[in-house]
Amino acid sequence: MDRNSRLAVLLVAPLLLLMIVGFVLPLGTTAFKAVDNPEVTAALPRTTAALGQWSGDGLPDEAVYAAFVEDLLSPQDNRVFGGLVRRLNFEQTGMRSIISGARRAAEGLQAPYSESLPALNAVWGEPEVWQLLQTHSNPYTATYLLRAMDLRMAADGSIIPVDPQQAIFRELFLRTFIISLWVTVFAVLLGYPTAWFLSTLRGRAEGLALLCVLVPFWISILVRSTAWFIVLQREGPINAALLATGVIDTPQAIIFTRPAVYLAMVHVLLPFQILPLLAVMKRIRPDYVRAAASLGARPWQQFLLVYLPMTMPGVAAGAVMVLMLSVGFYITPVLVGGLRDQMVSYYIAYFTNTSINLGMAAALSLLLLILTGLLVVAAARVLPGLNLGARV
Amino acid sequence: MMMAIRIFAVLVLVFLVSPIVVIFPLSFSSGEILTLPTPGWSLRWYEDFFTAGRWLEATRNSFVVGGFTMVIATTLGTLAAFGLNMARFPGKKTVLVILSLPMVVPVIVAASSMYVAFSAWGLTNTFTGLVIAHVIVAAPYVVITVLAAVQTLDMTLVRAALSLGATPVQAFREVVLPLILPGVIAGAVFAFATSFDELVIAIFLTGPGQFTLPRQMFAGLREMLSPTIAASAVIMVVLSVVLLLISEAARNYATRLQGGARQ
Repeated sequence: MDRNSRLAVLLVAPLLLLMIVGFVLPLGTTAFKAVDNPEVTAALPRTTAALGQWSGDGLPDEAVYAAFVEDLLSPQDNRVFGGLVRRLNFEQTGMRSIISGARRAAEGLQAPYSESLPALNAVWGEPEVWQLLQTHSNPYTATYLLRAMDLRMAADGSIIPVDPQQAIFRELFLRTFIISLWVTVFAVLLGYPTAWFLSTLRGRAEGLALLCVLVPFWISILVRSTAWFIVLQREGPINAALLATGVIDTPQAIIFTRPAVYLAMVHVLLPFQILPLLAVMKRIRPDYVRAAASLGARPWQQFLLVYLPMTMPGVAAGAVMVLMLSVGFYITPVLVGGLRDQMVSYYIAYFTNTSINLGMAAALSLLLLILTGLLVVAAARVLPGLNLGARV
Repeated sequence: MMMAIRIFAVLVLVFLVSPIVVIFPLSFSSGEILTLPTPGWSLRWYEDFFTAGRWLEATRNSFVVGGFTMVIATTLGTLAAFGLNMARFPGKKTVLVILSLPMVVPVIVAASSMYVAFSAWGLTNTFTGLVIAHVIVAAPYVVITVLAAVQTLDMTLVRAALSLGATPVQAFREVVLPLILPGVIAGAVFAFATSFDELVIAIFLTGPGQFTLPRQMFAGLREMLSPTIAASAVIMVVLSVVLLLISEAARNYATRLQGGARQ
């Protein structure tokens, strides 16, 4: 490397280092957490070692039972044990009480444990529970990623659908995608004529109209969602106006519905569609359309065959941006949507902060990341030189 | 037909500004309920904002976090932009990809990932952690803005200064800096605005002791809709517009400066 390159590297290094440690590393951790499976091994080290010898047929021998009781009796960090209980209960509802019951009674159990444990709870006399422990003594698991697609692994290792009442994630991803798609369609339908109108204006009028797009663009998503929250609420101005004009007799529930989500999301994302379109439209010389007209094209032909194809890069650039941002939306649906209008982001936040199931949060994050990545790659294919550096 | 499209477009523009405009009269209402027409006018919700401790404290926190974010992100981003503009080096493509990651990764994924990593490092519920996270999301924008300014820099001007006997430091201070300053200022304003507006990361990384203004608003919205929230929304709108004006002024200044330098 010459002197210039060394200096260049030195200048980039501080920010790059921060990005790697503070961003790439956490993202990597998330990807790892989606398959990480430390709980069973950490809480039951002797049992997992003993289960390693077990074929998985019938019941394990006394050595496994003894190792399990010894693990239960060994003085342990309650957090480690709590992790085990949560982890197994996530795999199979009811494991919480089974394991905790065994731990409470472990002190009084007499050898041979292969008889005293099943006497305590018949579950311990069946192979399934031991198969479960054996499966999850593996340091890696596909459970979370499978669950994020409403699938699970059966005891025999085959992949089967989860119980219908637990199957929420396919619908969630589908809903996220459908909401995003509709928001994008609305943004294009509203944005295209608006951008065209702006491109025809000059002077003062242009400045004023542009301000109507730029000011909302600069105002934070939270403030704009808050504005919609206030406008749409039960006692809010829209209901008040509808009541006063006699359109309705009682206040309507507008907020916490799907239309409210569409309204607010389209409002928040519309500038991302209008601005790239406007940039493209302003560069189009009117000569082309005039030439088409003088050659006898009707107005709709001038538009469909000449103007529209030339503006497609703007349509695509804006639509990709809107779609990509919608897929990861969080604040707006949380504020103006109901529970049935929440998107993937909501569940990532829920599993991170409320139910503290980091594996599930990581699996959903990973899938959302892949979904966004696919959109970006597809966009880069369609639009070389696409500038993704707009403000979120 | 053309007329219909024009009317439609004007309606869309009205749609874009109306929810923002509506919160202004609501914030000056004398009533407890946010509705129109207001029962009367008063400044009581602004008084509440400026006297109730938590709103003022959240505003102060926002300025502190935004200020630190701005200084650090602008410094690191400007250095990196110069480095990226200066020379080819192995792995430059990878560096560009890494620097653009925070702009394409969904913010919820970033926030959740940072929360898990930062809590292992003891950085959650601290201002340090929040500033680090905000620098990470803001710095790429500084790099873009400054890089654009540096790329338009006419190197013959620097060579002219050097050939007229300026030392490299003098050439940087007297020629380069004034020319790129508008880009740096625009980047800095952007970094401040990014931090000042940021909510999702703040939800994950802050406790009540570090609540920023957006975080306090979000908490307020989920508890009880008090008109103080409308007042705080108006205050944030006004601040955003001020920041927009500053960045536009910097841009205009840059255009004039470059035009002037060429002649």
